[in-house]
Amino acid sequence: MNIIETDGERLLVALRGVLAAKGIASAAEIAERIAVTDSASPGQGARMVAKAWTDPAYRARLLEDGSKAAEELGIPMRGMPPLGVLEDSAELHHLVVCTLCSCYPRAVLGYPPFWYKSAGYRARAVRDPRGLLAQEWGTVLPESVRLRVVDSTADYRWMVLPIRPAGTEGWDDTRLASIVREGDMIGVTIPSIAS
Amino acid sequence: MMFAPGAAVRVKNDWPETRGPVHLRTPYYLRGRRGTVVRHLGSFRNPEDLAFARPAPLRHLYHVRFDQPAVWAEGQAGDELMVEVYEHWLEQA
Repeated sequence: MNIIETDGERLLVALRGVLAAKGIASAAEIAERIAVTDSASPGQGARMVAKAWTDPAYRARLLEDGSKAAEELGIPMRGMPPLGVLEDSAELHHLVVCTLCSCYPRAVLGYPPFWYKSAGYRARAVRDPRGLLAQEWGTVLPESVRLRVVDSTADYRWMVLPIRPAGTEGWDDTRLASIVREGDMIGVTIPSIAS
Repeated sequence: MMFAPGAAVRVKNDWPETRGPVHLRTPYYLRGRRGTVVRHLGSFRNPEDLAFARPAPLRHLYHVRFDQPAVWAEGQAGDELMVEVYEHWLEQA
């Protein structure tokens, strides 16, 4: 039998049957996992960022243990790899890539954007990160800012805690979360009010 | 644990082709490169074995910092790469 020519739907039904029969995963567990995966989106990460901007104690917990801090906001992390959070500052900017494949903090950012898995992004992020950011995203880092490229290659997943933009003083968490984009938490863009 | 934060290390120039079926997750561009241990990230099952469905013992995982311009002979001084590398894929530098 050639797996490429096999009816995918039948194969899936057979696989689910075997997983259930062997007690590895029940239909309910698979449904729960699909629901969790589908509910994950950059909005979850944005809520974490916004809370970190307004609540210094939460920010400290977030940097200490991203997974626990996500769970605190009701984001399901069970069965997910540990989450690390990288804090940007006036002197340091983070950029996340997975040069080997597509490691991505799916629990808090959802499915990765299409370019994240591209060979071009993966190669340029580690070799010419400043050129990549400037040419593809218009993100020009001043020379005074150190760039740290985090190549996610193993058992952790990483998200960036960007700098809170000026002009957002007094905003509540919901309003702050609305300006935090997926790219801001990967490090290809920087949050701003204009965006 | 073999390495403390600040330890000078080198990524072993190790290849699956030279020692049989293993899953090495060190990026090619870092093999043989010198870096500095930032911190211990925890212990996880050895990916070398996991990928081949063999019993996989726990291994120490570190976050390791590399000087980015030194790896590529281009770039801005001070920029860096930070990568997760398992203890058994590192040696003292």
